[in-house]
Amino acid sequence: MWRYLIPISGFVVLAVFLARGLSLNPRYVPSPLVGKPAPEFELPRLKNPEITVGTRDLAGNVALLNVWATWCVGCRQEHGFLVELAEANDLPIYGLNWKDNRSIAMSWLSSLGDPYVASAFDELGEVAIDWGVYGAPETFLLARDGTVLYKHIAPLTREVWTTEFLPRIIAECGTLPCPSVGSE
Amino acid sequence: MIPELGQFALILALGLALIQASVPLLGATRGRQDWMALARPAAVGQFVFVAAAFLVLCHAFLNDDFSVLYVSLNSNTALPTPYKIAAVWGAHEGSLLLWILILSTWTLAVTVGSRSLPEPFAARVLGVLGIVSVGMLLFTILTSNPFERLFPAAMDGNDLNPLLQDPALVIHPPILYGGYVGLAVPFAFAVAVLLTGKLSPEWARWTRPWTVAAWMFLTVGIALGSWWAYYELGWGGWWFWDPVENASFMPWLACTALIHSLAVTERRGIFKSWTLLLAITAFSLSLLGTFLVRSGILVSVHSFASDPARGLFILLLLSVITGGSLILYAARARHLTVEGGFRLISRESFLLMNNILLVVATAAVLFGTLYPLFLDALGLGKISVGPPYFNTVFLIPMLPLAALVGVGMHSTWVRMSGESLARRLILPAGVAVGLGIILPWIIFGRASALTVIGVSLGLWVVAAALLDPLKRVLRRGSAPIAFTRGQWGMTFAHLGLGIFILGATVTSSYNLETDTSATPGDRWEVGGYELVFRDIRQVDGPNFQATEGEFEVRRDGRLITILNPQKRIYRVQTSPMTEAAIDVGWGRDLFVALGDPLGDGAWSLRVQVKPLIRFIWLGALIMAFGGLLAITDPRYRAQRAQEKVQLSAQSVKTV
Repeated sequence: MWRYLIPISGFVVLAVFLARGLSLNPRYVPSPLVGKPAPEFELPRLKNPEITVGTRDLAGNVALLNVWATWCVGCRQEHGFLVELAEANDLPIYGLNWKDNRSIAMSWLSSLGDPYVASAFDELGEVAIDWGVYGAPETFLLARDGTVLYKHIAPLTREVWTTEFLPRIIAECGTLPCPSVGSE
Repeated sequence: MIPELGQFALILALGLALIQASVPLLGATRGRQDWMALARPAAVGQFVFVAAAFLVLCHAFLNDDFSVLYVSLNSNTALPTPYKIAAVWGAHEGSLLLWILILSTWTLAVTVGSRSLPEPFAARVLGVLGIVSVGMLLFTILTSNPFERLFPAAMDGNDLNPLLQDPALVIHPPILYGGYVGLAVPFAFAVAVLLTGKLSPEWARWTRPWTVAAWMFLTVGIALGSWWAYYELGWGGWWFWDPVENASFMPWLACTALIHSLAVTERRGIFKSWTLLLAITAFSLSLLGTFLVRSGILVSVHSFASDPARGLFILLLLSVITGGSLILYAARARHLTVEGGFRLISRESFLLMNNILLVVATAAVLFGTLYPLFLDALGLGKISVGPPYFNTVFLIPMLPLAALVGVGMHSTWVRMSGESLARRLILPAGVAVGLGIILPWIIFGRASALTVIGVSLGLWVVAAALLDPLKRVLRRGSAPIAFTRGQWGMTFAHLGLGIFILGATVTSSYNLETDTSATPGDRWEVGGYELVFRDIRQVDGPNFQATEGEFEVRRDGRLITILNPQKRIYRVQTSPMTEAAIDVGWGRDLFVALGDPLGDGAWSLRVQVKPLIRFIWLGALIMAFGGLLAITDPRYRAQRAQEKVQLSAQSVKTV
């Protein structure tokens, strides 16, 4: 009576898939931007809305673009590490302050520390759409010629930094610290 | 010191669970009375220690003991006391402890309720429950210890996730788990049968009340969850086909099928192996749900903090429990004898169709839930499966199922003439279809084909459920139709289903939804209601600050209500929460949610008018009430008492 074996066979197949699923990350969606030129943008700065910050400022350096907001719990988590990173490295970190309130965002930076060279103020989230942002925090690694080298979704940690970011930065620059195009 | 006592109590409970899971099962095989007799004291002792551990954790929360890691992560001194209790099961470790507490409570109930069962059978049932308990206790102690210390202790806690700070969420998990875990009882009964190799005619009658009780909890638990999602998530939907929702819905579907199949097995002695398979499936789906929610292998809006090690452990547990019982099933089920047959038009036949349709629906939901995982595992890409898939594939089996409900209720066992069935049902069916076409047009002025079908089916199920009781009332003078408690249970459960179908159809068809931006002083109209945005101000809560809007709702110039939707920022976790304001009514809900500030004092707003949405949860509650009636049917007790008399008579004879 083979039909009594159907349930257990079905279960075994299911269990194999579930076991395989444990080593996959369902939240990881490869960014279509990786390897392509970063989308251009120009936005008012958070701290000084009179002047803008944009793709032109990032160009020429290996740089990070970190998408953050004061309403985002993960951003608070990673903020300490970003501040540490900014102190220890020459690598410029730019912020994209996403759908946020200017005064709250500024008081957050003054109380928690400001790791950013400058933060772009994307109140309506239009630039974030171009960049394919779907949840803060996200961190983009940009090459000197402005291509996107890597995108990390979720809080940036030391572990992610050493395993994912550092090797790519070394490959891009050849040496550390990374010389900027201008200083070559 | 006290938290260590909690952990110690858990370890003692594990020791007792190990005894309960081994000695009575061996005793039943070897016919050792004294070994079997250990099952009950072990189960009682296990309950005492699990309850003690649980109380210790409650104590830690109530006293803000932030030297306990779990407390410091999920509570805060400013958290209101009811939410401190809810925080006990607000995250992975504590909710697992709740799971175990509920399992040992069900086991305790079985030790009491199984006194009239044959000793070897009761010993096997308790033994199987012990095995489940060992698995879950090991899981907690090895991977998810809720009593882990934090040194140095935190000054204050991280606070409970603001989404969970809600009255419905205080009672939702215990009730839902009551259902999830309650399915372990019919599972244990099924495995005990497979171990014995013989399914006695009384078996289905023993199992039915336990199954219905678990189903009742599941029904109320799912309804509460849906109600919470409706007003708390701020979107105004009531079902999202999220993996976590599906995880609770699949066991419900399987359990519903099981209840119907048990009815056939009890009355007619057929569908035996099918019933056993459903009992195994229902509990396995509830374990699968536990796995999906806690392993992080699917993306969901509300899953627990996930950890692959935990996922692996539950998968092993699932393999042992489900895999083991299915192997046993493969070996033993074919030896079960089948008595009697039935004709095409008979209650058996309609219940068989009910089972097939419910199983198809379960499979469709399971497939949709796991499809992203299947593709990802095969390297075929990343996708997500959304409501359009689920709505479609779920409706396909559900429409005929709803149509068959009325027919099945009014057919008789073994055989029935199609003619007399048709004569009985032609009038209610005609009325339901007629009203289903006319009513939507009269009330809403428009209707799609699916709306007409949905309303007709809802009315049809209501009519079919009420047909016999109505006849009874109308013919009070002449011979009334005798109704048992069980039949009343069935009537109410199906009535609830009909009301649910009406609510779901009308809400989905005639939901009015507008997103606007407004500044204080604006007035506008939505679905016949005039809204006036009067004011917006800051309000302070115990552990949050809120921006609160004030809206006047008028109809024909008359003030109906004032609504105060809030946008809350919780102080510790700083995430914004939308508290919709809802004017509740039988006919419709008026739902106002505050969106984001748009600058210059303007706010984005979501205003919805949702007709009959209350019928969705009302229907579920009526269904559960039907379940309550069914388990209180005196025949379960009467026959139990009778068996007791027989048993004692036998023992007198043997003496």
